[in-house]
Amino acid sequence: MWNETVIKMIGIGILETLYMTFLSSFIAYLIGLPLGVLLVTTDQDGIAPRPLLNKVVGVIVNLIRSVPFIILLITVMPITRFIVGTTIGSNAVVVPLILASAPYIARLVESSLKEVDQGVIEAAQSMGANTKQIIFKVLLPEAKPSLVIGSAIAITTILGYSAMSGFVGGGGLGDIAIRYGYYRGETQIALVTVILMVLIVQAIQELGDRWMRRTDKRLN
Amino acid sequence: MLSIKYYFNTVLSEIMEVEDLKNLKPIIELVGLSKTYQSKDNTVKALENINLTIYEGEIFGIIGLSGAGKSTLVRCINLLERPTEGAVLFDGANLASMEKKELLKARQSMGMIFQQFNLLMQRTALDNICFPLEIAGVSKKEAKQRAEELLEVVGLSDKANAYPSQLSGGQKQRIAIARALATRPKVLLCDEATSALDPTTTRSILSLLKEINQKLGITIVVITHEMKVIEEICNRVAIIDKSQIAEVGEMEEVFVKPKSKIAKQLIFSKDTHIDSFVGEHKCRIIFDGRTSFEPVIANMVLECKTPVNILFADTKDIDGKAFGQMVIQLPDDELSRKRIYAYLNSNQIIYEEVKDDVE
Repeated sequence: MWNETVIKMIGIGILETLYMTFLSSFIAYLIGLPLGVLLVTTDQDGIAPRPLLNKVVGVIVNLIRSVPFIILLITVMPITRFIVGTTIGSNAVVVPLILASAPYIARLVESSLKEVDQGVIEAAQSMGANTKQIIFKVLLPEAKPSLVIGSAIAITTILGYSAMSGFVGGGGLGDIAIRYGYYRGETQIALVTVILMVLIVQAIQELGDRWMRRTDKRLN
Repeated sequence: MLSIKYYFNTVLSEIMEVEDLKNLKPIIELVGLSKTYQSKDNTVKALENINLTIYEGEIFGIIGLSGAGKSTLVRCINLLERPTEGAVLFDGANLASMEKKELLKARQSMGMIFQQFNLLMQRTALDNICFPLEIAGVSKKEAKQRAEELLEVVGLSDKANAYPSQLSGGQKQRIAIARALATRPKVLLCDEATSALDPTTTRSILSLLKEINQKLGITIVVITHEMKVIEEICNRVAIIDKSQIAEVGEMEEVFVKPKSKIAKQLIFSKDTHIDSFVGEHKCRIIFDGRTSFEPVIANMVLECKTPVNILFADTKDIDGKAFGQMVIQLPDDELSRKRIYAYLNSNQIIYEEVKDDVE
C-alpha cells in the first residue's frame, strides 16, 4: 500500500493544502483586515463613528459567519465557476475559503484592535492625528502582537476548512483523507493525513507564538 | 546659602509678577462653556456655564474632587470633548467653530499629558517623542534630532532606545512630557499627571513642569485633585465643584483666604477642626507669604512681653514664603491682648479672633 505513488500523492497533498491555506488566508486578510478596521473605527465609541455603516457591515459579517462552511461551499459554486472556471481542485476551493474566512478575520481583527488602550488613542487625538494616522500609526502597530496571534488562529481555521472541502473534490490532504479513509476505508492513509494536518497546525501556531513574542515590546 | 537662594527667588518672582501684570495676554478663554451628556433615560450636566481665562505664561491649576467635572473641562480645552454650549478661544480663535482640519492643526499647538502616561507601548522612548512630529509632517531626520533634544530636556538621553515597559512611572511621564513638547506647543495640558506617581517622583515631575514653564514660556494647565500639586507650582487656581467654578484667584490669595466652602474643604483638611480647643481668647494668625523671614510669634512674644499658647499650627514653606495658619491662645489679661492685637496690626499680619462656636 505504501508505494511511491501514495507517498507522492501525500506529498502533493501537503503542498496543495499549504497552497490553498496560505493563498486564501492572504486574500481573506486583504478583505478582512480593512473590514475589521472599519468595524472598530465606525463603532459608536470609535474614532470615526458611523453607526449605520457599522450596523450594516456587522450584520453582513454575522450573516456569512452563521452559514456552515459546507453549505457555503456548495452554495457559492456558481460564483466559483464564474471566477475560476471550475468547481473542483485546489484553485476552486480558494473562493469559498476566502468568502468564509474574511468575515471571521474581520471579527478577529476587530477584537485585536479593541485591545488597544483608549488612552493612547486619546493621546494621538490630542496631538492632532487624523483618522488615517490613528489607524496606521496607533491602532495597527499597537495591536500587532495580538494581530499576529489572531492570524495564527485564522490560518489554522482556514486549514481546517480546506480539509472539509475534500468532500467536493477540493484537493489537498483533506481530499486524500476523505477519498482513501472515508470512501475506501484505508484507515492508515487517513491516519497519516490527519497526523500531517496536526503537525502543520502545530507548526503554524508555534510560528505565530514565536513571532508574537518577538514583536511584543511589552514583554521584555 | 539656602536663604540667599530663597531671597533671590522671591525677588525674582516679584519682578516677574510685575512683568506679568504689564502684558497679560489671554491664551485660553472659556466662555459660557457647558457640557451635557445625553443618554436615553437622563441627562448629566458635566459642566455648567464655565467662564475662565488663562493667561500666557502662567501655570494655572484646576482643582476639584473626583466627579467635579475637571477631566471633562480639560478635554473641552482641546476639544477632545465637544462642549454642548459656549466657546473655547485658543489664541483668539474659537476652536468649537473650527473645521476638523483646522482643529487638528490647532491641537498641535497644545500638548497634553495624562495620568496613565498613554505612551505607545510598541515604540521606543525616542520614537514616542517622534510620534507627534510624524503627525505634523516633520521629516524623519528632523524629528529624530528634535526628539534627542527633548530627551535631554527631560534628562533621559540614556533611555532613547528603551521601550515604555522598561521604564518606571516617573520616566514614562518624562517621556510623555517630552512627547507633548515635541511640536513646540504654546500650552501644556496636564490631566492628573502626577496622580499615579509616588510623592518623590511627583515632586520631580512638578519641578520639571515648573522649569519648562520658566525656560520655554509654555503656559501650563494643571488638573488635579491634590492641593499640594497646586501649592507647589500654580500661579493661579480655579476650584471646580459640582460642574461649576466655585472660586478663581491667585494661588496665594485662595490659599490664605478661601471663600467658598469647597475651597475651605480642600485647603483646611479635616483635622483642622478646632472645636476641641478650650479657653476664652483665641486668635488665628494667617501666613500669606509676605511674612516669611520674620519669626512672627517669637517677635510678638518678645515685643509684647507676654506668653501665648500655640493651639494649632499648619504652615507651609512655598518658594521661601510662609503659608498657612496658626491658632494661638491669648492671655486673659486684657492689656496684654490689646498689645498683641496692636502688634499684629502694626506689622500687617492678618489675623482674626476665633470664637468657640466656629467650625
